[in-house]
Amino acid sequence: MTSAGIFAFCATSLVGLGLFGVIINPQPLRKIVAFNVIGNGVFLLFGVVAHRGAAAGLGADPVPQALVITGIVVAFSATALAVALLLRLAKQTQLPTLATDVDTDGDLS
Amino acid sequence: MALAFDMGLALLVLVLAAWTIRVQDTFSAVLAFVALGLLVALIWVRLLSVDVALTEAAIGSGVTGALLLGAAARLRPTESAIAPPGAAWCTVAGVLCAIITAGLLAIALLLPDPAPTLAPQAMASLPQSGLGNPVTGVLFVYRALDTLLEKVVLVLALVGVWSLALDHVWGGIPALWPATRPDSTLTFLAELLPPVGLLLGIYMCWTGADHPGGAFQGGALLTAMWLLGLLAGVRAAPATGRLSLRLLLVAGPMLFLVIGLTGFALAGAFLAYPAGYAKALIVVAEAALTLSIGVTLGLLAVGPAERTRSP
Repeated sequence: MTSAGIFAFCATSLVGLGLFGVIINPQPLRKIVAFNVIGNGVFLLFGVVAHRGAAAGLGADPVPQALVITGIVVAFSATALAVALLLRLAKQTQLPTLATDVDTDGDLS
Repeated sequence: MALAFDMGLALLVLVLAAWTIRVQDTFSAVLAFVALGLLVALIWVRLLSVDVALTEAAIGSGVTGALLLGAAARLRPTESAIAPPGAAWCTVAGVLCAIITAGLLAIALLLPDPAPTLAPQAMASLPQSGLGNPVTGVLFVYRALDTLLEKVVLVLALVGVWSLALDHVWGGIPALWPATRPDSTLTFLAELLPPVGLLLGIYMCWTGADHPGGAFQGGALLTAMWLLGLLAGVRAAPATGRLSLRLLLVAGPMLFLVIGLTGFALAGAFLAYPAGYAKALIVVAEAALTLSIGVTLGLLAVGPAERTRSP
């Protein structure tokens, strides 16, 4: 068993745990957090691939590294937008839920 | 020894992830997520990707953590309003997720050997750009278009967040976390840390050309210092309608775009750098981007305007 193998297991388990959280946590904020756990797993899996591609005196292939840096920043942007939408929804309905049978005649002023 | 360390690290990460998913209290879940992010950054160091480790620690764990903690504190009163799903549903979801994990793991372990790599190509033409850090080389030379678009995504996300403000507070001041109150320790830290943090942020941006670091990591440090000042009440939150703030937001992407367009005239292609000036142009673009990224990340974390400009 190698370090790369251990981290590959860790990364795929993060994806699985995060997906589980997205499915079973009813609160939208918890779904957003779980989605970020999936993101961490996907990025790490890419990191393991980058590590396997170590060559030319580098510890890891720089192209996946650059893509993951971009990915982390974009994931943050998406999270910020999702949280802002959720807070507005909670303000509007007094109830942070994605269920559609909730009365949404909140105060618009 | 190293293998035992890696195993312990992976185990700790998985325990924290399980805690993040299953703990009852959302605030605790977010705290566990922040700790998880920092440990994942350690894994990135173990994978010899220090640039990614810095980004993960600063943005993936730090700024995301600040954003989520603020949201968790606000949503706390409404937390228990929704019933969790039943045990049968959890079992089905668990089995599904286990199958997906196993499939992914099989793919990850059965990758072709030797692994395909672009490292030799990335290193081959790096000296022409005058840079020493291959990751910065990829971000600003080979895949500069990606990096430019990513800055645009940040600004677009901020436009989306701001547009959620109510009409009568448009251009007003973002509300801060409800927990904000005068606190001597927090105020002390907010006065003590920023000079050091700002210096570190500038250093991180400057050193990114040759060593791990760069515009994102430096920008995130500036954000952290700014948020600390805002939280402690040492700095006032800016009105989102202020012209100088908006110019600061687009300064970095605009400068990068201008440099990219002059590439047409001087080097024959969009985002191409004229020979001999590549490093200078990249460092200038990175400096402006660091400032814009710092401001954008901070504003994304504090959210849309919620108070009018005049008190």
